[in-house]
Amino acid sequence: MSDKTFQMLRTLLAVLIALALALIITFIVSDKPLESFSLFLFGPFRNLRYMGNVIEAAIPLAFAGLATSILFSANLFNLGSEGIYYVSGLVAAAIVINVNITGVGLPILAIIIAGIVGMILSLLPGFLKAKWDVNVLVTSLMFNTIYFGFGLYFLNYYLRDPNISQIASFSFPDNARLKRIIEGTRVHSGLIILLVVAFVVYIFLYKTKWGYSIRMYGINKNFSEYVGASSFGIIMLTHISAGLVAGIGGSVEVLGMYTRFRWASLPGLGFDGALVAMLAKNRPLASLGAALFLAYIRTGADLMSRLSDVPAEIVAFIQAAIILLISAERFLFYWRHKMLLKEADK
Amino acid sequence: MENLISLIFSTHFLFSTIRVTTPILLAAMGALISDRAGIANIALEGMMLMAALSGVIFSAMFESALIGFFFALATSLIMALVLAYFTLELKTHVILGGIALNLFASGGSIFILYLVAGDKGTSSSLASKVLPNIHIPLVKDIPVLGEIVSGHNIITYATILLIIGLYLMLNKTRLGRKIRAVGENKDAAESVGINVKKIQYLALSLSGIFAGMGGAFLSMGYVSWFSRNMSAGRGWIALAAEAMGRGTVIGTTLTSVLFGITSALANAFQVMNFPNEIINTIPYIAVVLGLTIYSIQKQKKKKSEK
Amino acid sequence: MDTILELKNITKIYPGGVVANRDVNFDLIDGEIHALVGENGAGKSTLMKIIFGMEQPNDGQIIYRGKQTEINDPNQAIEMGIGMVHQHFMLVPSFTVSENLQLGMEPTKGVFIDNKRLLEVTLELANRYGFYVEPDKPVENIPVAMKQKVEILKVLLRGAKVLILDEPTAVLTPQETKELFTQLKMLKEAGHSIIFISHKLKEVKEISDRVTVLRDGKTQGTLKTSEVSEKDISLLMVGRDITSFDMLRANHISDTTFSVRNVSLKLENNEILKNISFDVREGQILGIAGVEGNGQVELVKQLTREIPINIGEVKLLGQTIKDMSMHGMRKLGFSYIPEDRMEKGIASEGTIYENIVADRIVQDKFTKRGILNTKNIISKAKDLIKEYHVKTSSHNQKIAALSGGNIQKVVVAREASTNPKFLLAEQPTRGVDVGSIEFIHNQLIKLRDQGSAILLISADLEEVMKLSDQILVMYDGEIVAYFDNKDVSEEELGLAMLGLSKHDESRPRGAIANE
Repeated sequence: MSDKTFQMLRTLLAVLIALALALIITFIVSDKPLESFSLFLFGPFRNLRYMGNVIEAAIPLAFAGLATSILFSANLFNLGSEGIYYVSGLVAAAIVINVNITGVGLPILAIIIAGIVGMILSLLPGFLKAKWDVNVLVTSLMFNTIYFGFGLYFLNYYLRDPNISQIASFSFPDNARLKRIIEGTRVHSGLIILLVVAFVVYIFLYKTKWGYSIRMYGINKNFSEYVGASSFGIIMLTHISAGLVAGIGGSVEVLGMYTRFRWASLPGLGFDGALVAMLAKNRPLASLGAALFLAYIRTGADLMSRLSDVPAEIVAFIQAAIILLISAERFLFYWRHKMLLKEADK
Repeated sequence: MENLISLIFSTHFLFSTIRVTTPILLAAMGALISDRAGIANIALEGMMLMAALSGVIFSAMFESALIGFFFALATSLIMALVLAYFTLELKTHVILGGIALNLFASGGSIFILYLVAGDKGTSSSLASKVLPNIHIPLVKDIPVLGEIVSGHNIITYATILLIIGLYLMLNKTRLGRKIRAVGENKDAAESVGINVKKIQYLALSLSGIFAGMGGAFLSMGYVSWFSRNMSAGRGWIALAAEAMGRGTVIGTTLTSVLFGITSALANAFQVMNFPNEIINTIPYIAVVLGLTIYSIQKQKKKKSEK
Repeated sequence: MDTILELKNITKIYPGGVVANRDVNFDLIDGEIHALVGENGAGKSTLMKIIFGMEQPNDGQIIYRGKQTEINDPNQAIEMGIGMVHQHFMLVPSFTVSENLQLGMEPTKGVFIDNKRLLEVTLELANRYGFYVEPDKPVENIPVAMKQKVEILKVLLRGAKVLILDEPTAVLTPQETKELFTQLKMLKEAGHSIIFISHKLKEVKEISDRVTVLRDGKTQGTLKTSEVSEKDISLLMVGRDITSFDMLRANHISDTTFSVRNVSLKLENNEILKNISFDVREGQILGIAGVEGNGQVELVKQLTREIPINIGEVKLLGQTIKDMSMHGMRKLGFSYIPEDRMEKGIASEGTIYENIVADRIVQDKFTKRGILNTKNIISKAKDLIKEYHVKTSSHNQKIAALSGGNIQKVVVAREASTNPKFLLAEQPTRGVDVGSIEFIHNQLIKLRDQGSAILLISADLEEVMKLSDQILVMYDGEIVAYFDNKDVSEEELGLAMLGLSKHDESRPRGAIANE
């Protein structure tokens, strides 16, 4: 059995165990466990609208996963996509509200600027790490809250529509919003943008000299310096590109799913991005699949919570179990070892 | 400006600083003990959160604050053991294990909260108990000092004792030596027959208990309910405090107090009509600045050694 | 005269095929000091690891105090009364001498450590064996010689009757060595038995009762020290059938490519490198021979700028490299085969083709406006794989799946195929199978004939003698000899490598062109 097959098997088994765990919890918690669980497993397939929900939920997850994949490929544990997502979404909102352009130019402008903002925001923790080796896990998490704070301030004092009781910005002009592309669902053209970005990230990481340098750095820092690459440059480049992706993702989400900017709290994407990246083993195209999977179980859980008595947060158990099992190197290790010995004997 | 100064030097402010510092300090000690044994526990945030929830639920169920407290500790202890098992036996990367536990806690706490209290926001429907505040006789009547020092929650006073105990343990007992040896030079420890795994299990367990106390304080002393995400990043602040404190008990205590002050300041400013949203970022900015300064110094030291 | 420990027919083969010990016989008599000598890779460390329970033999028997036993782990060895003092100290830096000594067994008063008693025990112990230590100083601040004493006391405290000392004098000054020997003699009189691993034959003659020589994993003999001379021992260690390699000598050596002048290095108060100067010229292989631990590793670190060059000057093609980056050096035509291929030489989770052209990708040689020309990369990789006979099923295979020899071939392929102006080859065939060694050697000769300047640093004397045009010998951080390979014998080289013969100041200058 090849190594690749083994890894896939391990991932599959981890997922199955996690789902089994969820099943057990459902049994403990629910009055009608089988019904609830089948809602969870099969619910999203029931109609087009639900399937659309899966796809629209997958889009932000995929963006977060892509951004985090770039960082994880360089072995940098940066979980800061959340804060960037928030602020760049806000920036996009600010632009469409205040800039007067007709036609499709408006959202395009907003997305581009949001991407640039994402790059700049990501530069800060990246620079601290590149220059002084400041722990990027802690700083990225701190910056999530810091960027959120400043963003929320900006929302409350400059963008807020006083006529609405909840916290929300002024409404977006019609042409700013991304069009729906699948009838009967809320899936928007951001999906296309996502596919393009995923493809570009793939090319970047695997087919360019820069992506190559990033990956070699992630595998063995010493080796990368030894063949003449600059660690400083690589760390900065990784952060800039991840920031760009997160920035685009934030603006796409805001303009695709909302008529006003409504987020009064962080969307919780930092850790989700990590999970998607881990499931996809940092591969951009696989991130799409991983995001879809995660979106699926989220939507399923959501349906289950609406139509039965199990809260949607059951997903947290599944996510934690998957991470623990996938990253456990000794998970199935002895089994694998025995198999290798058997093969060697042949 | 005058307002600000009089505010800072009021006894009320100093009192509140001690209150606010307590959970940060407890979590930081948790970070410290596992760090000294060579394992980074980044799941403090999640452990505090689940402990806080446990405390509320079980104190209501058994109508006893004490029982609630013990369940809180048990919860974070179990989480620590899970982390230890996956890290030491199954070789999970300890950072990823920590992330997994944090993820579990943030969603799982809401899950359980909803099931038990019927609400996803707070536990107000539960009649949870609270750990008592102690008004120290005699001390409480001392002007100024009495107002600052007396009247704190029992956990706060326990924290002070625990810190002293931790200091003594690490520096003056055999166990402390073993822990430090394992953290500084695993080979040296093994060469004298110390069971490295056992020590690391122990250190993580203690780490979990400290985090659990912090969590219990949050929901049973600081306020008397559980609300979603109430740990609010204190676990991460604690990690930064421990790093900046160079891993020593005294250093970490000082840095934790520093972060406690910035948090208390943030609270104080709120009263003064500064924009909330930005004020709330002060502690986190302080962490970034602190870590940066610490890293710059570390680099300078390395360069001069060469 | 009882035999306390006996190893019979011990064979140890590491996974991967390296034969560390083959049919080794070794015995230790109660109350003797028994020296174990041999070149690097001869199998000494492995044998000691087996005695201390850190490795298990594939074949053979261990007989301790007349009973056949297995030694499964170090704890068991300690219980049996065997103590090992490793070459790299196992001490906790921030703990004091006393604390390190009694780690895990500190005297206590109730639940707290009894510091007074801690001190007393240390002093008692030190006095008993005549070792001078400062009990309350943190171990990171004490001199190396004292660290060693602490290590020895540590094993004595835990009841060791048999002591294994791995290269104890490697880090000591002559003065400190004298002190150590006095103490070892006292230990011997107190009834301990000592196994003493060393390269320094003078010391072996001074302190040991018997000496066992290992070469290429096999015992060459166990002799009574009083009955042999240093020369005899060195011949046993180093002598081998070396056929003449005259036909491999260089045809045309011209200008200086790489020059090193007066490079010195001091680390932690130890002089690691003393005034090193030499040139490497176009079309020349300059070999540096020497037993490991005489400064070669640090010299290489200076030449690759891992340790900054503070004293002396190093020039590549006339340009000083002091402030250059690795990128800049590679651009000038600098290539480097590192000793530690797993740590530095490869990205172990990458594929073969990703590794074999790593430097060229970074240098932009396969990119058009940033995009990698994967087709060209793979085709070049395939060519190199074929040219260097790398045994693999596909260029896509993960490099970590290859054997050590093949991994090294990938590294050599990468570094040699760019036609470098200067190649630094550090232990290029360490841990490599015989067939691959042959191949790599041929590549180096080919490269030299094409005009590269090659600096070969190797602890394998045969390799140095086979490939080099000129040979420098390093001992104790200094260049102690310079030979033209046409007229030198292994004997002479061996003596120089072991510090037994030193050319006077003027001769090593032969390595410098233009003088």
